[in-house]
Amino acid sequence: MILQTLLPWALAAFALALTLNLWRLLRGPSAVDRILALDTLYINALALIVLLGVWWGSTLYFEVALLIGLLGFVGTVVLSKYLMRGDIVE
Amino acid sequence: MNLLAGLPLWLDALLALLLVVGAGFALIGSWGLVKLSDFPKRLHGPTKATTLGVGCVLIVSMAVFAWAGEFGAHELLITVFLFLTAPVSAHLLIKAALHADPALRPPPPPARLVSPGLSAAPGAAPAAQTESARPAA
Repeated sequence: MILQTLLPWALAAFALALTLNLWRLLRGPSAVDRILALDTLYINALALIVLLGVWWGSTLYFEVALLIGLLGFVGTVVLSKYLMRGDIVE
Repeated sequence: MNLLAGLPLWLDALLALLLVVGAGFALIGSWGLVKLSDFPKRLHGPTKATTLGVGCVLIVSMAVFAWAGEFGAHELLITVFLFLTAPVSAHLLIKAALHADPALRPPPPPARLVSPGLSAAPGAAPAAQTESARPAA
């Protein structure tokens, strides 16, 4: 019962966190700042999707969260490699 | 919804606490990303606080579904993957930042190993002398 009343507030907290990350993504002075904001954005979105899965009582959302985690990590690595080397595949 | 109504009170309270802590950590990490002044400081918020917050949320989800008899390895997989990849991406990000702007690197520490404040302690005076004598020798 406590969890049921608290879950919408946790969803709101994660939505607020996503908004803050979006602000840094749009504002970020350097390219590395934007990559860091994207990295945080995908991690928070992953948590939001897991919480939505709990809210709707469906285990389908875990595959989505796993995919977001995988692709987000690959994206961060590729973008920072590109900044370091000027190339992705050497 | 049915899933959450059937929980016993102790598990409900424990998971609610974990959920509040997790959401708070994620929010603090994102706030640090906005608030802090330069990139090496900003890297702290997301890589530590947010990862911990997401870990708490995944524990909540794992416990809720395990209580309902639908325990799966997915959350465990996500947790392990996230905790393995967060330091790697942080390392790559700070390397990229140092490559883009070498002035971000802090200056090297001074050559003396013992600071002048420490030599006031009774035991530290001879050590300070040997350290300062070493470059001359």
